[in-house]
Amino acid sequence: MNNIVLRVRDLRVDFGAHAVIRGVSFDLCSGETLSLVGESGSGKSTLARAILRLLQPAQGSAEFLGVDLLRCPPAVLRAQRRGLQIVFQDALASLDPRMTVGESIGEPLRIFEPGLNAGARQLKVRDMLERVGLSPEMTGRYPHEFSGGQCQRIGIARAMILSPKLLICDEIVSSLDVSVQGQIVNLLLDLQDAGMAVLFISHNLAVVRHLSHRVLVMYLGKLVEIAPCDALFESPVHPYTRALLAAVPRMPHAAAAAAPAAPGELAAPDLMASGCAFRDRCPYALPVCESSDPPLLEVAPGHWAACHRSQETLNPLSFVA
Amino acid sequence: MGGLADAAARRSRTNPAAVVAVAALCVILVLTWLGPWISPNNSQTLDWLHIAARPGMQSSHWFGTDRLGRDLFVRTLAGTRVSIAIGLAASIISLLVGVSYGAIAGYIGGRTDHLMMRLIEILSGLPLIFFVIFLTVIFGRSEYLLFFAIGAVGWLTMARIVRGQALSIRQREFIEAAIASGAGTGRIILRHVVPNVIGPVIVYATLTVPQIILFESFLSFLGLGIQEPGASLGTLIAEGAGEMEAAPWILLVPGSFLAVLLLCLNIFGDGLRDALDVKDG
Amino acid sequence: MVPTLSVDRLRISFSHRTGIIEAVDGVSFSIAPSECVGLVGESGSGKTQIFMAAMGLLDGNAQVSGSVRFEGNELLRVDGPTLNRVRGSQLTMIFQDPMTSLTPHLTVGTQLAEVMVTHLGMPWKDARSFAGRMLERVHVPEPKRRLTQYPHELSGGMRQRVMIAMSLLCEPSLVIADEPTTALDVTIQAQIIELLRAVRGEFGMALVLISHDLAVVAGLADRILVMYAGSVVENAITGELFKHPRHPYTAELLKCMPSVTGPRLDRLPTLAGQPPRPGEVLEACPFAPRCPRAADRCRVERPQLEGSSTSQVACHFPLTA
Repeated sequence: MNNIVLRVRDLRVDFGAHAVIRGVSFDLCSGETLSLVGESGSGKSTLARAILRLLQPAQGSAEFLGVDLLRCPPAVLRAQRRGLQIVFQDALASLDPRMTVGESIGEPLRIFEPGLNAGARQLKVRDMLERVGLSPEMTGRYPHEFSGGQCQRIGIARAMILSPKLLICDEIVSSLDVSVQGQIVNLLLDLQDAGMAVLFISHNLAVVRHLSHRVLVMYLGKLVEIAPCDALFESPVHPYTRALLAAVPRMPHAAAAAAPAAPGELAAPDLMASGCAFRDRCPYALPVCESSDPPLLEVAPGHWAACHRSQETLNPLSFVA
Repeated sequence: MGGLADAAARRSRTNPAAVVAVAALCVILVLTWLGPWISPNNSQTLDWLHIAARPGMQSSHWFGTDRLGRDLFVRTLAGTRVSIAIGLAASIISLLVGVSYGAIAGYIGGRTDHLMMRLIEILSGLPLIFFVIFLTVIFGRSEYLLFFAIGAVGWLTMARIVRGQALSIRQREFIEAAIASGAGTGRIILRHVVPNVIGPVIVYATLTVPQIILFESFLSFLGLGIQEPGASLGTLIAEGAGEMEAAPWILLVPGSFLAVLLLCLNIFGDGLRDALDVKDG
Repeated sequence: MVPTLSVDRLRISFSHRTGIIEAVDGVSFSIAPSECVGLVGESGSGKTQIFMAAMGLLDGNAQVSGSVRFEGNELLRVDGPTLNRVRGSQLTMIFQDPMTSLTPHLTVGTQLAEVMVTHLGMPWKDARSFAGRMLERVHVPEPKRRLTQYPHELSGGMRQRVMIAMSLLCEPSLVIADEPTTALDVTIQAQIIELLRAVRGEFGMALVLISHDLAVVAGLADRILVMYAGSVVENAITGELFKHPRHPYTAELLKCMPSVTGPRLDRLPTLAGQPPRPGEVLEACPFAPRCPRAADRCRVERPQLEGSSTSQVACHFPLTA
């Protein structure tokens, strides 16, 4: 668990004048499943694309096995892609509608193992289809002939066929039926060969709870909390994390939420001149929160939070405003 | 591509106009190629006994003859053959050049696209007729010149269309997925962009064939294209125009052939667009 | 007492080029005045179609049989003008995606006022000030300003509040909320659920809450209908449904919903296979292919909805307490 597969430092992405990701840093170790949670506007999907250099960050580095993906020449970047794959949220849209499923899954092989003849390639594709729980006879079909869950399996097959060292999953279960979500998550757990690191991006806290070793919480482009999974769910520190957990609708027999969730909406980030981005919605805000942006500080071993009041024991959320 | 063809075939069956058009086209194509074997006459032979004869079944000249006694039926078929050949060939060239140019410009975008589109705009601005006349003056009259001139300009609109399509394809998630898989630009353009713009391209191509045929006819009518004793629908119509009052069939026969040909091609093109569109959506 | 909504043997099918597709296959239930009913189902369950039929919003190629009565009056097979007397005033609907259900080129104020001008014959000025007051009641910040704004200028949560306001303007007897929170972030979702609860208390109308998320429905509904592949498989009061689910599908669904509280699992519970696509039902009981309790009888004989007023189930071998 000690080898660092991905090391992101001070990543910053701007869309025009507006900073979508504002100084994000974290490490991902081999064999680890790291979840990234946040709501819309948090920048989590943008982060995935920035790491993969599908868009150009303004600043920062993303070292994948020692190579800085954001600065290396295009040819080196392409070579690195072999070990770094992504599965998208909209599985159907991520598959070329004019290519058969077999061709889509086999494409990484064509790119990175050109020496492989057609027969050997077909064999690998069929084998991969079986591993993701689909019939190998389906190689000749087109994406639109499959259901959402099946398309997601095909996306996973394509991403896994070269046995990547790092797999990024961008909201892969969000558009699936509940009874099918578990299948995809379990598939991922099964396929996670020793050593493969997973960056699992999701807004579904319940799924994250059962899947991750560690969790990163993002709000308006910044990391507000980093913690081992159990610590995050049992003793969240940052007010936003607490609001997020309180907001998840509970089943009647489950423990009631501590208090109502955060009021208000995500503020437009350009209004954030200084100070903590969450202050307008935070029940614990103090004057210092308006003038100074809290840094990420370690509050317990492996547990970091960006809050001026992280050292205090805060009461369950109750309303100040 | 199999899925595309199946859907197209299925939809076509529900469009009676398109089916009729395709059937008529097939008939015309078969006739033009087999024509010389059907009729006892030859397009070059001058039949002095039947100059400007009316159409009828009594002589072997079913559609009549022209001022020089040449059989109109066979001549018209020969002319149709030439017009179709030019139409197809020029369309194929504009297809190949236009698709490559447009796909590259649309996908790469940025300054490259900017420059490439400015070039197209400049070329579009050139008045085509003058261009052709200019070339004719320099190189003399020839079929190859005509063909080159049409092809050289025909690709412009195709490139614009493909570029527009490529711009929207570029945003789609499967392109992002292909990049993330490690595909290079060349591979993406060839294997992902082009197959996904083919739908509208094919439709546009079938609609340019009649445009090109008409244009060629026009040039030939002006005397800039095919020369005697060769014939194209355009030259035949030009001849017929001169004989309109005395022997109207000399104009009507090639004229109707041209009209039917263009009509069928247009209906077929529309039908093809409907057939492909539904799948695309 | 006349039920607010009474659905009797409703069948909806669509003619498609491949044949006839059954979306809703003989559904019967009723909603009492001021009752809140949750309708839960996954893709292909037909839950939305039922209410599209009630509102007269089905596609042209739909064939509908059976009856849907609103306060005793038949809604199906009735002409536009007759339907318009209740639609939008007494019987209103809130859609999933407020971006597409609000007219983009009209201001919020105009759209709200239009409802009252059309249905109540109110003059425009009065309608606009009434609209402003309604926006206040649904806790839209700066309501006067919102009246002059266009839908795209508002956030997702705010647009949904506008939709809720619009549905309440004429004091309806029944509001249908179709996946009202699915497109929203978790924290905003919690706010909207709170708002629906408050509104129900204030206005006392009947409410139908359609969702794929049992937890969302649990917080609000008095009674829950579970749908699968076009039929109602269970109809029970909320407490009963969660404590003693009787239909195997309900039980599996409850198991499949991972929670943020409770013990952490190694693998997520899941249900094999996937919900059938509309028209794909093969066995007599649509759930038989995936049911852990399925027997021969289930493949041959269609189970009917039976039981008491607090709990009904359509199963040959229902689970016992």
